[in-house]
Amino acid sequence: MSASRAQRDRWASVALHATLIVFGALSLIPLLWMVSASFMATGEASSFPPALVPHSPTLEHYRDLFGRLALGRYAFNSALVAVITTTAALAINSAAGYSFAKLRFRGRDRTFRVLTAGLAIPVQVAMLPLFLLVKSLGLVNNYGGVIVPGLASIFGIFLVRQYALAIPDDLLDAARIDGASEFRVFRSVVLPTIRPVLATLALWTFLATWNDFMWPLIVLSDDRKYTLPVALAGLVGEHAQDVELMMAGAVITVLPVLTLFLFLQRYYVEGVTEGSVK
Amino acid sequence: MSDTGAPVGRAARIAPGWWFVAPALVLIIVFFLGPVIAAIGLSFTDFDLYALADPRAARWVGLRNYSRVLHEPLFWQALRNTLYFALVGGPLTVGASLGAALLVNSRALRWKSTARTVFFAPFVTTLVAVAIVWRYLYHPRYGLLNWMLGHVGVHPIDWLGNPHWAMPAIIVMATWKNFGYNMLICIAGLQNIPRELHEAAALDGATAFQRFRHVTIPMLAPTLFFVVIVTMIGYLQLFTEPYVMTQGGPLRATTSLVLYMYEEGFRWWRLGVAAAIAFLLFALIVVFTLIQRRLSPRAAT
Repeated sequence: MSASRAQRDRWASVALHATLIVFGALSLIPLLWMVSASFMATGEASSFPPALVPHSPTLEHYRDLFGRLALGRYAFNSALVAVITTTAALAINSAAGYSFAKLRFRGRDRTFRVLTAGLAIPVQVAMLPLFLLVKSLGLVNNYGGVIVPGLASIFGIFLVRQYALAIPDDLLDAARIDGASEFRVFRSVVLPTIRPVLATLALWTFLATWNDFMWPLIVLSDDRKYTLPVALAGLVGEHAQDVELMMAGAVITVLPVLTLFLFLQRYYVEGVTEGSVK
Repeated sequence: MSDTGAPVGRAARIAPGWWFVAPALVLIIVFFLGPVIAAIGLSFTDFDLYALADPRAARWVGLRNYSRVLHEPLFWQALRNTLYFALVGGPLTVGASLGAALLVNSRALRWKSTARTVFFAPFVTTLVAVAIVWRYLYHPRYGLLNWMLGHVGVHPIDWLGNPHWAMPAIIVMATWKNFGYNMLICIAGLQNIPRELHEAAALDGATAFQRFRHVTIPMLAPTLFFVVIVTMIGYLQLFTEPYVMTQGGPLRATTSLVLYMYEEGFRWWRLGVAAAIAFLLFALIVVFTLIQRRLSPRAAT
């Protein structure tokens, strides 16, 4: 019996790993082809049968993008918007999340309930009046118009609050007895304690801001202010036939976020499970 | 001795807790909740290009925007397209997520964490960029997809140029992009199933499939249900894929409600009409949320 059992287990294992390879290939092929095509000579990706690897790899499209098409500027815009948003959002949402978890004030729980109810409202509902507001503030076609509405995040506050609930009250009280102000308690005791969730929040905010499309598309009208996704969507309108050039543009857009994720995925993954499985 | 900082006395001064939430609260009210309420008002006006130059030109028109939108065939088509995407794409995505989760979670598997990373990678990519990649994968003559299907005898299909295939093509692309996210939630759900249940079933002689059918699925059902609804709600907000891949075509087959709203609001500057569309979308999302609250055994926190 044990011989046949072992044999059956071996076949099950082969089937399992074969399925894994098929699934994995399906996940990776679009990304691998994007990278491969970005190094092909002009026109090479538009051939039949399709070229899978570049015949003689070239950097001409990357040179073209950074030179003639000034993609470096858009990458800079994207980085600027994402870094400022992430930094400010960290401060704003961590303070609020901590306060909702640990400080006592009248109306706290009711306010928090209203906020969580707001999670169900799709952002698109707010976008039309928000555009008029941003316009009246003179922030249309301005990085400020992209950044400011994305700073406070109900989801971010929720994430920090869930984590901060576990801070022992004794720890906070000890600092207060030592004469620390509430701000000092927050900075010196709370922030170091909740560092893991801050990493999660930072990563989420950065990736979401970098990848965001609809709102920057609405707010930014001058093409020198475009972020990478908006610039890329515009580029594909004019250069749809330049497959290899577009793939190089896609690589430049995706590479920073994919790299960040690969190095910091532990924090990212924790955010998913913390935020969704309540 | 001063007692500054001690939040004991309910003095006239503002509690420190409020100072900590104030920046976030002000921003959320000014840039989110306020505009949501303003959108209700906007949807009752004829706010258009002229009003954009001079807001006093906008007039109160009652429910006219709503009746106009509801009499517009394009609205109904956008609604059908959006529901098609959400009702087919949601379950398909979660099905793929469950498959990947079972795979990654199986005890005999090697390279577990690599597999998880690979499956999750598409989710963190920039949607605009990968939508452009898929435009080329779907190319009728040079695309990888038709080339691969050609090996099994399928004739070339004009995926994004054919009104019948464009939406399925977008659904497949969205499934590829998003299944990794729900996979993580499914893995967490699978790991919460007590191992004794599987062992007891195995002792009773249940096959692997029977254990899957009678242990895994019932135990995971609440999680799966929650995840399907949440995914559908996200999918009701479809915008970027059709904007980049099809511009809503061909023959409007991929125009979603949000794309329709965007065109009315930000291309033709009919902000009143667009606000009405936004609220109809909101109503649809509320229905999905209520279904989730009603049927979910685990009450939301």
